[in-house]
Amino acid sequence: MAILVDKSTKVICQGITGAFGAQHTRGCYAYGTQMVGGVTPGKGGTFFEIEAAESGGGYDGKQKVPAGKLPIFNTVEQAVKATGADATMIFVPPPFAADAIVEAAEAGIRLINCITEGIPVLDMVKCMQALKRYPKTRLVGPNCPGVITPEACKIGIMPGYIHRSGDIGVLSRSGTLTYEAVWQITKAGFGQSTCVGIGGDPVKGTDFIDVLDLFQKDPATKGVVMIGEIGGSAEEEAAAWIKKNMTKPVAGFIAGRTAPPGRRMGHAGAIVSGGAGTAEGKVKAMKEAGIAVCDSPSEIGVTILKAMGRA
Amino acid sequence: MNIHEHQAKALLKELGVDVLEGIVCFTPEEAEAAFTKLGTPVCAVKSQIHAGGRGKGKAVAPGKLDASKYDAKTGDYSGPGVTSERGVVIVKSAADAKKTAAGLLGNVLVTKQTGAAGKVVKRIYVEAGCKPDKEFYASVLLDRSVGLPILMISPEGGMDIEEVAEHHPEKILKIHFDPNEGLWPNQASRAAYFLGLTGDAFKSGAKLLRSLCSAYGKLDAAMLEINPLAVAGNRVFCMDAKLSYDDNALFRQKKAEELRDINEEDPNETEAKKYDLSYIALDGSVGCLVNGAGLAMATMDVIKLFGGSPANFLDVGGGASKEKVAAAFKIILNDPKVKAILVNIFGGIMRCDVIAEGVIAAVKEVNLKVPLVVRLEGNQVERGKQLLKDSGLPIQTADSLSEAAQKVVASVK
Repeated sequence: MAILVDKSTKVICQGITGAFGAQHTRGCYAYGTQMVGGVTPGKGGTFFEIEAAESGGGYDGKQKVPAGKLPIFNTVEQAVKATGADATMIFVPPPFAADAIVEAAEAGIRLINCITEGIPVLDMVKCMQALKRYPKTRLVGPNCPGVITPEACKIGIMPGYIHRSGDIGVLSRSGTLTYEAVWQITKAGFGQSTCVGIGGDPVKGTDFIDVLDLFQKDPATKGVVMIGEIGGSAEEEAAAWIKKNMTKPVAGFIAGRTAPPGRRMGHAGAIVSGGAGTAEGKVKAMKEAGIAVCDSPSEIGVTILKAMGRA
Repeated sequence: MNIHEHQAKALLKELGVDVLEGIVCFTPEEAEAAFTKLGTPVCAVKSQIHAGGRGKGKAVAPGKLDASKYDAKTGDYSGPGVTSERGVVIVKSAADAKKTAAGLLGNVLVTKQTGAAGKVVKRIYVEAGCKPDKEFYASVLLDRSVGLPILMISPEGGMDIEEVAEHHPEKILKIHFDPNEGLWPNQASRAAYFLGLTGDAFKSGAKLLRSLCSAYGKLDAAMLEINPLAVAGNRVFCMDAKLSYDDNALFRQKKAEELRDINEEDPNETEAKKYDLSYIALDGSVGCLVNGAGLAMATMDVIKLFGGSPANFLDVGGGASKEKVAAAFKIILNDPKVKAILVNIFGGIMRCDVIAEGVIAAVKEVNLKVPLVVRLEGNQVERGKQLLKDSGLPIQTADSLSEAAQKVVASVK
C-alpha cells in the first residue's frame, strides 16, 4: 500500500512528442510504470516508439529496458476510452498547460500531475475554479517533479534510482531538495512509501494538508518528511493541522531563511511579501506543532529517522 | 516585472481607471514645458524609479553619496551631496519645475526601499495638481490561500498598509473575486460604502474599483496598488499607481516588453535571463551555483548557518548544459564581492560526470582565481568526483552540503 499511485496505475503523457515529454515518458516506462499512451493534438493514430536498452531500466536503473510502442491520441478523452488510463503527466508548454489540465479532468482522469513550469497565475486561478466541477480529480502541481511510489510507479521527472520502497512519506514544494531528502533516507538503509512534489507555484492543486491526510490514513506510511519554503502560509496551516490530526512522526525543513524580502527566489511562489511567508514564521509554527525541524538540508534524513526512533 | 508609475497610469487610463493628467520628462527643460502645458496652479514633480518611499526619499549627487550615512531602518540619509530633500515635490511655477527636475534627474534617490545604494533618477513624471478631499488605499493582489484575487481597500490613504493591518485591521476590507466575473456591482458598492463615499463620488468610486479589478486580470498583474486613491468633489482617481506583471504571463502581455526599463534591473540578472538562469544578486561573498530553486535557497541558508554570507541565488535549472554552467560562472564572477564559489548539484536526471566536465571547462575558460568548492551527489557521482580530482585544478570537493558550506566559508575567512 501507498498513496495516490501503485502498480495498477495506468499513465498517459500529455505533450508526449515534445522533447521533455518524450524524455520523461521513456524514463517512467524504463522505471516500470504502466505507461499506456500519450496525447498530442494532430498526431493521433501514430505511435511513440521506445527502443530496447541493455541498462537504465528498473527501480535501480540497472535493468534491461524492453522495447515499447505507445499509441498517441488527439484528445485525452480518446486516450482514456482506448487505454483505461487513470493518471496523466502534463508536459504541455505554459500557455496551453492550464487548458490541458481541464481537458484531463473532463476526460475523467483521477490523478493529474502537471510538471510544466511557468503557467500564468491567472490561468491557474481560472483552472482551479474549473476543477471544482470535478471533485473526483486530484491535481498535483503545477511546477512540480510529480509523484512516485518506489518500486511500483513513477510519474514525473524525479530520478527513480534514488528511491527505495519503504515506510517514510515525503512531500515537498521543491524538486531537487526532495531528491536530497530521499537520497539521505535511501543511503541510510530505509525507504519511502510515496513521494509527492506539490510544486513551487502560488496557486496549485494539491497542498500539504491534502497529502498529510493521505499519509496519516495510509497504513504503509510510518513517518513523514515535509519540505517547505518561503512564501504563502501553507506550512503554517499544515503545522496547525498536524498538531490537531497527525499521530505519525513528522520531520521538516524550510528553505529560504536568507532570502531577501520582495524577491521571487526561482519558484514563482517563493517570495516574502509584506513581512508574511518568512522562513522564521514557518519554522516556529512547525516546531510548535511538534515537528522535528532541522537547520541544514544535510540532516533531513537523520532527523526523520531520529523522530521515528531509528537513529 | 515592475514598471514605472507613469506607465502604470497610462495602462490604467486605457482600461477606464481615472488618473491625473501627466507628462513624462527626461530633462529639466521638458519639465518646465510640461508645467505650462498642464496648466494647473501647482504640479507634482515625481521621480520615476522602481522603488517605493519616494516622497520621503532624498536625491543625492552620485559621486557624493556616503552609504554609511544611510539608516536602513528609517531610510533616512544624513550625508553630504543632497540635491533634493524629497523624491516627489510640489511646484508652483514652470521655473520651479525646471529647478526641481534638475535636482532630481541624474542624481541618486535614496529611500527606505532602495537600500543604501539608492537608484539613479533617469526620468520624472510631472503631474497636474489636485486638491483631494480625502485619500484612501486600494490594491488588488493574489490571495494564495484561496487561489483567488483579492481587492483590499482602506480609508487610511497614503499610509503603510502593513502598519494599518497590524494596528487597525478593522480599517481594511478584503473582497475576493473570480477573475472570470470581475468585481460584482454589489461588491463594488460594499467597498465604496466602506470608504465612506456618497452621492456621485460613490458612483465614480464603485466604477473605478470595478475597472481596477478588471485591469488586474487584463494586464496579468501580480500586484496592483493605488496608494493613495483620492476623492475630490465627485471625482475618484489614482494619485499613485504601482503595477508589477506576473512574469509567467509576459508572453501574452505584448506591451510589457516595451515598458521594461533595463536601467532599473541588475545587469547581472538581465544577463542571466538570456541563458535562462534564475539569478538574484545578494550582499555576501560566497557565490552559489545550484540546480533547483529549493536547493539553491537551502544552499544559501547553509552558508549563513556556518557563518558565511551568500553573494547570490542562482538556479541553473534541471537540464544544466556545459554552456549554461560556463555562463553561470561568468555571471557569478562579474560580482566583485565574490571571494569564493560553492557549486552544489544534485545530479538526478543529469549525470554528475557531465556536470563535472562542465565545471572543469568553465573554470579553465574563465581562468578562475577564487577558491571553488564542489559538492556533487547522485547519478555517476564517483566518476564526477574523479574527473574533478584528475583535472589538476584547485577544486575542493565535499560529500555533503554541510561539509561543502564549511569548506567554502573557511576559504573566505
